[in-house]
Amino acid sequence: MNPAFSVIFLTTLTGAGQGLFLALFAATLAAPGRVPAGFAVAASAVSVVLLVLGLIASFFHLGRPERAWRSAARWRTSWLSREVIALPAFTAAVFVYGAAKWQGFEPAAAWIGAAASVLCVALFVCTGMIYACIRFLQEWATPLTVVNYVLLGSASGTMLAAALAAYLVPDLAPGYADAATVITLAALATRALSLVRNARLRPKSTTQTAIGIKHPSIRQISPGFTGSSFNTREFFHHRTREFLRAIKWIFLVLAFPLPLVLLWTGSILAIPAAIAFAFAVQYVGLLAERWFFFAQANHPQNLYYALTG
Amino acid sequence: MTPVPGAPATEIRKTTCYMCACRCGIRVHLRDGEVRYIDGNPDHPLNRGVICAKGSSGIMKQYSPARLTRPLRRKEGSARGDGEYEPISWDEALSMLEERLRAIRATDPKRFALFTGRDQMQALTGLFARQFGTPNYAAHGGFCSVNMAAGMIYTIGGSFWEFGGPDLERSRLFVMIGTAEDHHSNPLKIEIAKFKRAGGRFVSINPVRTGYSAIADEWVPIRPGTDGALLLALIHEIIATGLYDRDFLVRYSNAGQLVHGDDAGEASGLFAVDASSPEGDAMYPQNKLWWDRLTDRAVPTHAPDADPYLLGEFTLPGGKRVKPAFQLLEERVRPYAPEWAAAITGIPAATIRRLAHEMGITARDQKIELPIAWTDSWGVEHSTVTGNPVSFHAMRGLAAHSNGFHTIRALAILMSLLGTIDRPGGFRHRAPFPRAIPPAAKPPKGPEAVKPDTPLGALALGWPAAPEDLSVDGDGKPLRLDKGFSWEYPLSVHGLMHNVITNAWRGDPYPIDTLLFFMANMAWNSSMNTVEVRRMLNDRDEQGRYRIPFVVVSDTFQSEMAGFADLILPDTTYLERHDVMSMLDRPISEFDGPVDSVRMPVLPPKGECRPFQEVLIELAGRLGLPAFVRPDGARKYRDYPDFIVNYETEPGSGIGFLAGWRGKGGEKFMHGEPNPRQWEMYAANNCVYHHALPPSYCYMRNWNQGYLEWTQRVRMRRHSQPILIQLYSEVLQKFRLAAQGRRPGRTPPEHLKDRIATYFDPLPFYYAPLEAQATDSERFPLAAITQRPMAMYHSWDSQNAWLRQIHAHNHLYVNPATARAQGIADGAWMWVESPWGKVRCMARYSEAVEPGTVWTWNAVGKAAGAWRLDANANESHRGFLLNHLITDELPWRGTRISNSDPVTGQAGWYDVHVRIRPAAAGEPAESWPQFAAVPPLPGTAEALPALQSYVAGTRKGKA
Amino acid sequence: MTQLALVIDLNVCVGCQACVTSCKEWNTSGQAGGLADLNPYGADPTGTFFNRVQTFEVGEFPNTQTVHFPKSCLHCEDPPCVPVCPTGASYKRAEDGIVLVDYDKCIGCKYCSWACPYGVREVENERKVMTKCTLCVDRIYDESLPPSDRRPACVMACPTSARLFGDIHDPESEVSRAIRDHAGYALMPEWGTHPSNHYLPRRRTDAHHHDDQLVRADNPLHIEGRQPKPPFKDPALDDVTSW
Ligand SMILES: Nc1nc2c(c(=O)[nH]1)N[C@H]1C(S)=C(S)[C@@H](COP(=O)(O)OP(=O)(O)OC[C@H]3O[C@@H](n4cnc5c(=O)[nH]c(N)nc54)[C@H](O)[C@@H]3O)O[C@H]1N2
Ligand SMILES: Nc1nc2c(c(=O)[nH]1)N[C@H]1C(S)=C(S)[C@@H](COP(=O)(O)OP(=O)(O)OC[C@H]3O[C@@H](n4cnc5c(=O)[nH]c(N)nc54)[C@H](O)[C@@H]3O)O[C@H]1N2
Ligand code: SF4
Ligand code: SF4
Ligand code: SF4
Ligand code: SF4
Ligand code: SF4
Ligand SMILES: [Mo]
Repeated sequence: MNPAFSVIFLTTLTGAGQGLFLALFAATLAAPGRVPAGFAVAASAVSVVLLVLGLIASFFHLGRPERAWRSAARWRTSWLSREVIALPAFTAAVFVYGAAKWQGFEPAAAWIGAAASVLCVALFVCTGMIYACIRFLQEWATPLTVVNYVLLGSASGTMLAAALAAYLVPDLAPGYADAATVITLAALATRALSLVRNARLRPKSTTQTAIGIKHPSIRQISPGFTGSSFNTREFFHHRTREFLRAIKWIFLVLAFPLPLVLLWTGSILAIPAAIAFAFAVQYVGLLAERWFFFAQANHPQNLYYALTG
Repeated sequence: MTPVPGAPATEIRKTTCYMCACRCGIRVHLRDGEVRYIDGNPDHPLNRGVICAKGSSGIMKQYSPARLTRPLRRKEGSARGDGEYEPISWDEALSMLEERLRAIRATDPKRFALFTGRDQMQALTGLFARQFGTPNYAAHGGFCSVNMAAGMIYTIGGSFWEFGGPDLERSRLFVMIGTAEDHHSNPLKIEIAKFKRAGGRFVSINPVRTGYSAIADEWVPIRPGTDGALLLALIHEIIATGLYDRDFLVRYSNAGQLVHGDDAGEASGLFAVDASSPEGDAMYPQNKLWWDRLTDRAVPTHAPDADPYLLGEFTLPGGKRVKPAFQLLEERVRPYAPEWAAAITGIPAATIRRLAHEMGITARDQKIELPIAWTDSWGVEHSTVTGNPVSFHAMRGLAAHSNGFHTIRALAILMSLLGTIDRPGGFRHRAPFPRAIPPAAKPPKGPEAVKPDTPLGALALGWPAAPEDLSVDGDGKPLRLDKGFSWEYPLSVHGLMHNVITNAWRGDPYPIDTLLFFMANMAWNSSMNTVEVRRMLNDRDEQGRYRIPFVVVSDTFQSEMAGFADLILPDTTYLERHDVMSMLDRPISEFDGPVDSVRMPVLPPKGECRPFQEVLIELAGRLGLPAFVRPDGARKYRDYPDFIVNYETEPGSGIGFLAGWRGKGGEKFMHGEPNPRQWEMYAANNCVYHHALPPSYCYMRNWNQGYLEWTQRVRMRRHSQPILIQLYSEVLQKFRLAAQGRRPGRTPPEHLKDRIATYFDPLPFYYAPLEAQATDSERFPLAAITQRPMAMYHSWDSQNAWLRQIHAHNHLYVNPATARAQGIADGAWMWVESPWGKVRCMARYSEAVEPGTVWTWNAVGKAAGAWRLDANANESHRGFLLNHLITDELPWRGTRISNSDPVTGQAGWYDVHVRIRPAAAGEPAESWPQFAAVPPLPGTAEALPALQSYVAGTRKGKA
Repeated sequence: MTQLALVIDLNVCVGCQACVTSCKEWNTSGQAGGLADLNPYGADPTGTFFNRVQTFEVGEFPNTQTVHFPKSCLHCEDPPCVPVCPTGASYKRAEDGIVLVDYDKCIGCKYCSWACPYGVREVENERKVMTKCTLCVDRIYDESLPPSDRRPACVMACPTSARLFGDIHDPESEVSRAIRDHAGYALMPEWGTHPSNHYLPRRRTDAHHHDDQLVRADNPLHIEGRQPKPPFKDPALDDVTSW
């Protein structure tokens, strides 16, 4: 697939927003009383901003953004439609949660937070499933896609929570640092697992099944045009293998070990900026991870345009 | 569902497509005056409703930004090729031409030359030239496929191309040789598909497997230029195994006719005649002899109850030794064994043998008997028509080599041996073919034919039967600028357009004044050695005067050639004009009878465009050319439609351009008085006149008494003598005798004597193409050829927004083994060099090409800025033209000779040998050579759209 | 239930591209249009087409097959492109099984194209909505056209009749018979999309002759006294028998 930056930003921004909210709400559950309302309000606000930015990014993916409202119509069958419902619903819930915190509507806030958490998980699943449900995109068609997406989003959100806490409520920072570390390592594990899995994939579709001719040696000699088409632009990244490999190592470094090093440096030396930097580095790593996620997915349609690949 | 809501209803107009020479019937659907879509006319006999990729893209041709819309004059002081023009009025343009042509006509008419490319109105352009009085007229045929026309017409009286073809409806084995697309492309596709579905076996012989060959049951890859060897070996095998149709040959060919041996003086190698039996038409004497097997003596041919020996040697009563023509053929092919051909063609001998057996056995054992009674030319009544269901089709893969004439003669002979000429399941003629061998028209015989202010006595082109028919002066010097019908190319029945610019530039045989090109892109893909030709067009003498003083171009688009004209005449598109597909030129006849058709304008001309037909008729009137004016000098024809209706070949002949609905009320056909409502009647009948003949006139027409007499009655032919297949060609032998000094009358100049003696062999023989003979095969080991892409027509579809997306640039296809041996990667830039030029292009690996061959699609590469394409269009930067590698002249005995067939002058487009190497790492990723971009000509589109969305009947997408 | 579809006969397709441009021509001014071209006269022109004809080479020289392969939306019976569409713009018609896009609803999210394994959907270059083969739905039911014209533009154009059109659920239709009789197959069956369009494979006709057909009593060489005979000196039974 040719990675679309709108979608890369959408998924990484909302992922971080979701992770951040979960980190916040989890803290209110795990350490009731130790999470000041101000922090909750601030974290909710940051989460909403990220979610809205993600939403805005998503519009860039649409040919006809003015009709975006129509996309809620098919929630019964379409994970995309479900995401389109879940994302604003969750954003609204976080907003209301933040407002409730701000206004000090206490038990209500907890209930809203619980509801928002459910929406958050739903949103994670929806977004993950958008990719995982396309069964012939074999690199994506695995539960790992959802798991990775949840863990990566949570890791970056928790990392952000750690950074925010370092500035606002240093007390909370170590807990978040621990959590961010655990989640990042878990994400690394599952992401690595998916890399291993994908490296071993045998494409189910071949040129032979694509055109229905059983012969070991088949080559395309013309895709039917000498320029490009939607199908060559949308589904090919037009990059070299080396470039892909480089991006893989970049994300493996930027999304996992490097932010952890920064996180712990920041935590131990009590430099909030280092933790903020850890988040930023991880975010960049996740951008690369998303890019790679798309680029690695080899769409079977590409068999029909092999000559352009 | 209903069509687009709110859209105005569409209106349908029928006419004839001209996105190529196939001439399919089309329905043009108009919405609000714009073309909604074009589809095939289901009621048209040729295409029966189907259409091709080009025809379906007619909209983009019609609204192309490259349309020329105003007459243009080259700006004073600018060089040809710079593309600097100023618009002028038609009146200025015509006056300018009139003045110039009037002066030429009054002094030396041959200083005006009119050459036309892929047009279909040669009857009119030819008439104009004849009336003007210049012999310097020809159409594209000479560089196209004249070998195909001449090789077959001189042998069987008809040819492939639009003159005849395979009867695939009844065939069982179909062998296609060297064809990629051809003129009859839609009908051929319809037929091949039906044939395959009916279980017929399809064999394709071609160095490359694309298009039609792709669906062949067997692909026989062959080295280019070697088909002659293959065909002669097939003949060898068929004769050796007795698989020929003896009965057919005896009656319908000259196989049994006795040929004098070398001891007969000026009759050596000519047919022995029986002075006592009637000769018939002196041009086509019928009093030849057979050696009767039953009575063991010479008898007149076709004597009742006689059966000639086809093999053996006999002594005539006077003591002269004679042999049947078939015996000579058998002797000729004896050394041409399959093993011999295998070494030349690259086809295993076993395959050649198998194919020969398959042809012979299928022809013999799967005979068709149709219950159709007919009478042959000798009065014998037959109750059935027999067919041997083996058919062939061949085109430029054979024709476009300088040994093509003999190759094609060999093919025609093979088809004849199998007994497949004008028989069910074999080859079938299309009217007006078969014609006499050779047809009666003769070219002007010498300088006396050209006189000031006087029409030529006959058409400029014809069919020489003997040296006396050549267009040469007393010294044997050519009369024509292109040296057609000279001793260099005696049977150049379509002229040699590819020699015109070089000869005019060099002033050899003489300088000319005005060169008018109609519909020919001579500054690009229709010339060999294109870079040089462009230089010649722009070259000046010491005084700074152009060597070719005045160049006029009629074109519809800003082609490469348009930029080299001094005067540009903007023509219409096919949707904007009247046209005729005439029996006088290239009709669209079916196997079952004559068909002609018309084109009717469905849209008004764009801008100031004017049909070239109208321009010619106007000019002819202004110049007072006799056929176009009344006795008082006043213009005779109002316009082209008026001309078509009222013109008669001779006053009162009743023969005109159109054969249908003649006579006062449209009640006559083929001939009859002019009918003022003729156009309407065509319009009301799908633009076609189809005269279906009874089945008894549909077969065996070379010798079908009823049919031949019918052709005479309807004035299609002058006489009704049988047209015997010429296995042995006396015409060729007459030239050879002249070269050997054994014949009274004209003899070739000294330096051409052995050339004539060699190539005018009365029997086919194999020789490597002249270019191959002149090229060091160690240094240039690969043959380079082009072929037609189905979705593009020569150069002229690159202005088409849809078609150019399919082929915006081309690759050189190379067998991977060949490419790897030179270190060339798939898709990489590479150099291709011939002894005559080089190009840089992109490689594409292909397993569907014979390893000794490289090929590309024809005419996809373009000069920058032409066709109103952006200067950085793919066509000019990634595409390339193979023509840069091909030479128009070969070194020859210290001088040069055209890279053409020595018999017919056919251009050897596929005669070029090359070597390949990778482009160096630092070289630009761009094709070479590059040309400075030509600016848009005035009258073409102002600006090019970045996005074009065509929706008919809206303001969108209008160029 | 009806399922309209195309059946494409690779045995006769010569790769002429008539179906490609006739489709473009019909549709650009039809309900699906316009179908814009970018840079139509410049570098790298690229436009929206519903149908493309590709070329593949199978095998190695000299045993090479060149296969022309037309491809448009296959109107899957179980179209993965439909359920994923968030707007319902992509839908499959119950009455005839045609998979269509409602251009007024489509938001151009491209998700359906991701969900199509066959690469046959294209976002239109100007309107930015998803487009694809409509099976010429605006022709085949148009009662203002004569019945013989109520067929897809590409089918009418195809010079080799390589494109058959009809109801594959009607066992007696031309398309069903063609699929049955000529081993029609579907593309990428592994995904269970059940494409309605089918392809008919190449069928090869071979020649079989027997040696005895080479020599026969009516061999014309016999008439000339030239029928091939073994040379007089070759060994024969005469030389070795003595009764
Ligand atoms: N779409 C389209 N149709 C056209 C045209 C066009 O430009 N585009 N042009 C029209 C014109 S003007 C003409 S003359 C006809 C020509 O029609 P074709 O004769 O079909 O055209 P070419 O493409 O020249 O085909 C030559 C074929 O011969 C093969 N070949 C080359 N050399 C040899 C050889 O030595 N032996 C054998 N056996 N094969 C060989 C090539 O591989 C190629 O397949 O097409 C007409 N129709
Ligand atoms: N390398 C190589 N070169 C070849 C060949 C080959 O096989 N290989 N084939 C040769 C053959 S067979 C042929 S026939 C020639 C073809 O060569 P040409 O006859 O020169 O054909 P085109 O290149 O199409 O150019 C014809 C010109 O006609 C113009 N034109 C189009 N429609 C109209 C119209 O309605 N009116 C007027 N007035 N002009 C119009 C076009 O714009 C174009 O400039 O090419 C030859 N060149
Ligand atoms: S084959 Fe030629 S005449 Fe026929 S539709 Fe195509 S372009 Fe037109
Ligand atoms: S071919 Fe693709 S677009 Fe067409 S129905 Fe099947 S999945 Fe959908
Ligand atoms: S691009 Fe249009 S049709 Fe496709 S999924 Fe999105 S909204 Fe549906
Ligand atoms: S059915 Fe219609 S829309 Fe579909 S490919 Fe054919 S012409 Fe195009
Ligand atoms: S129109 Fe017919 S023959 Fe031509 S490419 Fe399309 S399917 Fe093949
Ligand atoms: Mo030609």
